This record gives sequence, structure tokens and C-alpha cells, in this order.
Amino acid sequence: MAEGMLQSIKVQLRIQRAIIYTVLIIGSAAMVLPYLWMIISSFKPIEEIQTYPPSFFIHHPTVKAYADLFRLIPMGRYLGNSILVATLVTVSNVFFCSLAGYAFAKHRFWGRDKLFLLILGSMMIPWQINIIPGFVIVKKLGWLNSFYALIIPNMVGAFGVFLTRQHISTIPNDLIDAAKIDGCGEFRIYRLVIFPLIKPVLVALGIFMFLAQWNNFVWPLVIIHSGDMRTVPLALAVLNGQFGTDFGTNFPMVMAGAVLVTIPVLAVFLLFQKYFIRGITLTGLKF
Amino acid sequence: MVEDKRLGDDRRKKDHRPPKDRRDPEPLVSVLPAYDDEVVPIRSEAGRFGIFLKELNRQKYSFLFIAPGLILFTIFVLIPVVTSLFWSFTRYNVFQPPIWVGLDNYRHILFHDPRFWKAIKNTVLYVGGTVPAGIVIALMLSIAIDQQIRFKGFFKTMFFMPAVTAIVAISVIWKWLYAGEKYGLINYLLIKMGFQPVDWLLSPAWTLPAIMIMSVWAGLGYNIILFTAGLSAIPKRFYEAAEIDGANAWDKFWNVTLPLLMPTMLFVVVMSVIASFQVFDQVYIMTGGTEEGIGGILDSALTIVAYLYDMGFQKFRMGYASALAYLIFAIIFGATLVNFKMMRSKIEY
Repeated sequence: MAEGMLQSIKVQLRIQRAIIYTVLIIGSAAMVLPYLWMIISSFKPIEEIQTYPPSFFIHHPTVKAYADLFRLIPMGRYLGNSILVATLVTVSNVFFCSLAGYAFAKHRFWGRDKLFLLILGSMMIPWQINIIPGFVIVKKLGWLNSFYALIIPNMVGAFGVFLTRQHISTIPNDLIDAAKIDGCGEFRIYRLVIFPLIKPVLVALGIFMFLAQWNNFVWPLVIIHSGDMRTVPLALAVLNGQFGTDFGTNFPMVMAGAVLVTIPVLAVFLLFQKYFIRGITLTGLKF
Repeated sequence: MVEDKRLGDDRRKKDHRPPKDRRDPEPLVSVLPAYDDEVVPIRSEAGRFGIFLKELNRQKYSFLFIAPGLILFTIFVLIPVVTSLFWSFTRYNVFQPPIWVGLDNYRHILFHDPRFWKAIKNTVLYVGGTVPAGIVIALMLSIAIDQQIRFKGFFKTMFFMPAVTAIVAISVIWKWLYAGEKYGLINYLLIKMGFQPVDWLLSPAWTLPAIMIMSVWAGLGYNIILFTAGLSAIPKRFYEAAEIDGANAWDKFWNVTLPLLMPTMLFVVVMSVIASFQVFDQVYIMTGGTEEGIGGILDSALTIVAYLYDMGFQKFRMGYASALAYLIFAIIFGATLVNFKMMRSKIEY
């Protein structure tokens, strides 16, 4: 009797687990499928892409779409633009945000708390409010279609200052005082005491900033109008407008563009996902 | 605070140590004046101005450190916030100076602009559809991942991939998935399963739902990371206690998991609502193309931010667009307040 009950509980548990695995595997398949379809489509010749039924098998695999991408539009230049902008913005944010965060956490100066509150409050303002005057300011400065406009307005962010300030506050003052007694100036304290201690936070901030810049779309869309200053997402949008309609289709080329935007970031993510996920739980940030 | 002070007094009595070292961070020099001249000016003829200069000298590094951030913050945040508020009361097209029109923009938007109300309707549908769907599906998957199973990390990774992909790229991929009557992958699968194919992005009825399905797909990973973190923080003993009381899986979910997950839930709801009110990239890619309009056939997928973009950067009605921006801000702010009010009371500890 008791054995029978145990048996039935075991069976029940096994069924439960089978259902859980099935759900998760179907879910994962639904996540991977679009990426897989993107990669497969990018290697198909145009004639093969609109056949019925759609096939995961490529009869005549070709890299023509990628060649077109670099031949018909300056894709190499766009990739370079994106890498340059994302790298500079990331480095600058990590450095300047933590510098300001240090001052806000450990220094006493006039208006410190009011200023910090102002910066904190500004995080609630949606970008829609800033983007119109931002565009006009950039235009007045003569920065339209330039790296200045892509980089400078994004060099220091309120969130980075807030995040680093919160973490630097937890560093004991004794460490800073000890460094002072040993004769460190303010910048050396930042470099030798503060910076090493908040490295994990800065890694999270850096990853976030790089992704945000690499994927950023609205700001480049508004300020870049010339053909050779585009970043990769903007280039992809233009490509989509030209070749991604149901008429005049060159979907393999659009998919090849999507591969170039997606795969580098995905590869880095798969290699360093520990840091990505820690970054989210640490900051609550949405990439 | 009171508690703290008493603790300090006790300690002082015990070891006769002034509680200086527990105070707020203060540069060492002013705590322990190393040289006499640090103290002298306070009593000397140099007076207040001398103190001012000394303080300024002491604070120069602080200002140096915050200067880069402060300058950019002033130019690209503070000035724009004030400027766009001013412009929202003007007619302004960038090429000529703004003309003051008072409340006309707001009045026109609210009472004479059917496109605005169409955009509001679409956006509310979008938020009302994607936020609950995204949360329910993510919560179910998180609970599945939280069970004693293998490959937890692998599953989390799979669901998280779209979160690191540019939404532009995701939109382009899904546009291709949705494309065509037959050769599109989604329609092919629908036919295989015995449904009718759908004209996703070519029919007014399906454009917005198509964008919503894609957005839910793209947003799952972020919610799952937060939910699984929240779930793993719930102590197992609560579940054991519930089991001893005879609770089944459903009871445990409603009476243990959900109440203890409320702080995470509040965070996820607030973030999702704020983000989805501002949906733009996917609308631009899936309905806009390049130069010709945005929002799909008959504005069927026009959202408020897409409308703002259209007014500001395609029609160059900057004053009108600024007024729209402030209305969007008000709506998001109001929605966030409501979220907090409604959910605060449900947080139990």
C-alpha cells in the first residue's frame, strides 16, 4: 500500500519534470529559431529565399550577400564608426562617472547634496524631452553628421554617476585617510584606492555602456544624415528601407547586415555572460 | 538616528574616544589641522573672505572631478529640459525663431488631434498587452528554471540572447519572419499547424499585434533574470512549512511565491511600463522604412513616441513635438505613481 503510494508520487514527479523540460526546450527553440533563420537566410542566394516550402537547408550556399554589403555600401566604415563610438563612450563613462561618483561620495563641497539630487531626478526624464533641444544644440554647434555629436553628449551619464557614487560610499574612509597620510594626492587616491575597489561595478557599467552605444538607434537616426557617418544599426535601418520591402527584395543582404550587428555582441555575451548577468542584478539596468 | 546617538554616547563613556571618526567623510586636513596657519585665518583680519578662499582651495579637486559630468549635464540635460518646456508654448520649425502661442499646442493636441488619440490608443494597447504577457510568461519560465533541474544556466542564456541584441536587428529579423504569404517562416508554421496564414505587417489589424508579439519575445530574458534572482532569494523553509500544512503547488504559488516576490514584481512592472510606453525602434523599422511616414497603414501601429518623431524630425514642428514630449512625460510619471500606489500595499515585509 505505502509502496504503491511512493511509486505514484515518483511517477508524478517524473511527469512534472518532463513537462518542465518540454516547456523550457520549446521556449529555448523559440528563442534560437529567429537567429538561426537569420544566419541561414544570409547565406542563401536570392533565388532560393522565396521558395515554398521555406527550407533550413541551403542548396547553393553563397557569401554574395556579405560581399554585396561591403561592395554596395561602405559597411566596413560603418562597423568602424560603431566600434569607435562605442569604445570611446564606454571608456569615458567608466572614467568620468567614477571620478564624479568619488567626489559625490567622499568629498564635502558646496551644493553637493542638492546637485546629486538634481542628477538623480534627471534620470526620471524620458529621452523624448531632451532629444529635440539636443538636436538643435548639436545643429547650432555645427556637429551634425560628426563623431562629436555621436560621442560627446554621451560621454558622462547620470546613471553611471549614481551607480559609482553608491558603491564608493561603502568604501571605508579609513582607507582614504591612510592613503592621505601616506602622502597621496586626490587623483592618486582615486587611482590607487577607489578605482581598484569598484572594478566589478565598473565592469558592469562598461558592458552596459558598450551595449547601449552599439545598439543605440534614435540618437544617430536624428543627427546623422550623411552616408558615411552612419553607425551599424542606422545602416541596417537604411538597408531595411531599401532592400527589406516585399518588392525589390534583397533579404539575404539585410540578414547579412543583421548578422554583423548581432553576432559580435552575442559572441562576447556567450563568453562573458557571468558579468552580464551580474551586471543586471547589480544595477537593474535594461540593456 | 536617535538609536545611533545613544550608542555613540555609551561608547564615549567607555573608552573616552570622541566619536569623530564615525562622522561623515571629511577631508583629513580639517579634522586634524596639521599646521597652525590652517586655523589662524578664522580669527585674523582676512576674515570671511579668507575662509572662503581657503575653502575654495580645499574644494578645488571636488569641482575638478565633477566638472566634465557637470558641463555635459548642463548642456545636454538641464538646458534641453527647460528649452523644450519653453518651446512647447511656441510654434518653432528650427529655421525661424520660435513664436509664442501660449497653450495652443496643448489645446490642439488634446482636443483637435485625432492622430494623437490614435497614437494614445495604440500605445495603451501595446503597454496593456506586452507588459502583462511579458510578466506572466517570464514568471512561468522562471519558476520552471527555479525547480531542481539541470542546465539552468543554459536555459537562462537562451532566453537572455535578445536582451543583448539591437532592437533594430531583432525588428529586421522578425520582419523577415513575418514576411510573405507562404515563404515567411511564421506563416509556413501556421499553415503546417492548420491555421490560415496572416498578412502580418501588411494588414492594419495585425501590424500592432505583430510588433507586440516580437517585443514580448525580446523582453523575456531581462524579466527572467530578475525573477529567478528574486525566486532564489525565497527561503526554502517557507515552502516546507506550507507543504506540512497540506498546501498543493497552486496554494504555494499564490500564498508563498507571489507575496514574497512582490518587491521584484514591483520593480519589473515599473521598468516594463516605463520602457514600453516609449516603444519606438521596432515601430520605426517594421512600419516606417526610411523617408515615407511612420506608423503603418492607416496609422495602425503609430505609438506616441513614433508620433513625436514624425512631428519633430519629419515635419519639423518642434514646438508641437515638445508639447507631445511633455505630455508623454506626464503620462509615464502618472503611470509610475499609480504602479507604486497599487503595489506598495501588497508588499508584505
